[in-house]
Amino acid sequence: MGLRLRDYVIRRLILIIPVLIGVSMVAFTLSHVVGDPVAAYLTTQDVKLSEQQLQRIVRAHHLDDPLYIQYFYYISDLLRGDWGISRVDSDRPVLESIKLYFPATAELALVSMVFALALGIPMGIISAVRKDKPADHVTRLFSLVGVSMPVFWLALLLQYAFYYQMKVHYLPSLPAGGRVDQFVWMAHPLHVITGMYTIDGLITGNLVIFFDALVHLILPGFALSYIFMAVFVRMMRGSMLEVLRQDYITLARSKGLSERIVIYRHALRNAMIPTVTVAGLAFGGLLAGAVLTETVFAYPGIGRWSTSAIVRDDIASIMGFMLIIAIVYMLANLVVDLLYAWIDPRIRLG
Amino acid sequence: MIHLQESTQSGIIPASRSRTWWEERAPQVRELKFTLYLLRQSPLVVVGFALVGLFIAFAILAPWIAPHGPEERFWQMPQQPPSWEFPFGTDTTGGDIFSRVIWGARLDLAIALTVVISAIIIGSVLGAVSGFMGRAFDEVLMRITDVFLAFPALILAMAVAAALGRNLTNLTIALVVVWWPTYARLIRGQVLAEKEKLYVDAARAIGAKPSRIIFRHVLPNAIFPVIVQATLDLGGVILTAAGLSFIGFGAGAGVAEWGLMIADGRSYLFQSPWIATFPGLAILLSSLGLNLVGDGLRDVLDPRLRR
Repeated sequence: MGLRLRDYVIRRLILIIPVLIGVSMVAFTLSHVVGDPVAAYLTTQDVKLSEQQLQRIVRAHHLDDPLYIQYFYYISDLLRGDWGISRVDSDRPVLESIKLYFPATAELALVSMVFALALGIPMGIISAVRKDKPADHVTRLFSLVGVSMPVFWLALLLQYAFYYQMKVHYLPSLPAGGRVDQFVWMAHPLHVITGMYTIDGLITGNLVIFFDALVHLILPGFALSYIFMAVFVRMMRGSMLEVLRQDYITLARSKGLSERIVIYRHALRNAMIPTVTVAGLAFGGLLAGAVLTETVFAYPGIGRWSTSAIVRDDIASIMGFMLIIAIVYMLANLVVDLLYAWIDPRIRLG
Repeated sequence: MIHLQESTQSGIIPASRSRTWWEERAPQVRELKFTLYLLRQSPLVVVGFALVGLFIAFAILAPWIAPHGPEERFWQMPQQPPSWEFPFGTDTTGGDIFSRVIWGARLDLAIALTVVISAIIIGSVLGAVSGFMGRAFDEVLMRITDVFLAFPALILAMAVAAALGRNLTNLTIALVVVWWPTYARLIRGQVLAEKEKLYVDAARAIGAKPSRIIFRHVLPNAIFPVIVQATLDLGGVILTAAGLSFIGFGAGAGVAEWGLMIADGRSYLFQSPWIATFPGLAILLSSLGLNLVGDGLRDVLDPRLRR
């Protein structure tokens, strides 16, 4: 048994390699064939470069060689950690920018995931248990609206309602952007360890920053979570209805168990499995959705970094962003597959 | 039912001369009527059709419905709140938002249709050939789609559009690049399932060429899941295109495109909230309509759920 699981893990890891190569080829094609490859290695000062200086950069990165040789050097650059220069981020190396901004995005994605699961699962259960009743219709409409909602527009509406309108009426308002309040930060400087301010605040006992960071995460976290909440409601409703039809539920009911016990003790555990799987896959999607949310909330994560790169045509930053998201997305898929195989032996054997 | 029709066409059962075209298709017409009846049963689907119909009407009839042109400006009246004259208010340069939302339907639906139809064409050809041929071609194509599906849609579209340069045409191309693999896989799966069926053997037995079998016999039978997927994807493309346009890809300043209109309204959100509100509502409702219709179609066209 254990051996089989190990084999599956190895096979699944090997299968990732062709996809990784493919992803790097897509990035290479976009930056070197479609676009101008030199652009990725220029700094802000290099705009007024002489022809010789330009040639030096071209030669250093083998950009005058045939494409397959260029690709080889491109890959070795990537592996050595040279992902080009992020012009929008004061000429920092792309990999440095990613290290700097990724924790903020991961933190936002985690908070959104908590929102989406904490609201989506109960709503899905209610919808299934009260199938075709008003509560079910309301929940289904809520989730359909979620799937159709432009996240950047929702973010603006939230800012308008919970920041501006609250402020205007002298009510306690939620912050409209940023990660922490500058004044709070100056009064209680945080010793950054993981880069996730809430976690760092907890570790170092800096509770003021912890709460401030948490408050700043509420609106963007909710905006980002809505679409995934909608997906979870649908999944949960579907699988709950499926489970409730099964024989062991009829048995539990006929034993005279209360409906509450039947649903929460017996049905819920089995109904959760597909939703949890989707939750794993959704994490990659959350990172991607963060692009629009972070832009609206001026939240300094990799999403906002990439959108500021768009306006400046900073191709190195955009490609770096695309690569890191693809890698995280693939790893999330991998983890889900492995977890699933561990839970459900049929997958491994198939 | 469809199979029977297929074999009539390929000439196994000669169609009797006396029956008219209309009579010959009587079973299909009955089937269609029944489908429409089932669709009418769900109020949400009816709402969905109404919304989609409304936006299609906006798109087609824009020159006659919209009180003003898409880029017409009332320079002396910027940021006017909604009124009888300007039902949705005016934007920062004095454009009538009501008219611009209507014209925007034309542009945004056109982008969505172009993307989905192109993706279906590319995906059908590659997917059908792949499913029918199998072997090396199939393996290579599936690995390629694996790579494309390894990116979230928005991110890959961002990267492609950034490499091509920022304008509406490139935005559309980028979205096609992102969406075709879904259809290639969908059609391949359908073709794999269909090609085992008897009518394919029959067509082959009477000497039909593989290309004829694929495009005349198999694809028409594999089309229903594609219709459902396409309806749902139209909503998805509208959302993604608007999102990309919002962050700076796509239309140039002043064009009546919903995502861009929201981006323009963003800086004046607190003074003039209507600038961003109404185009966003248009995105939400058009996409919601398509999702409702797609959901309804999926339930109705799925034979297992049907009877």
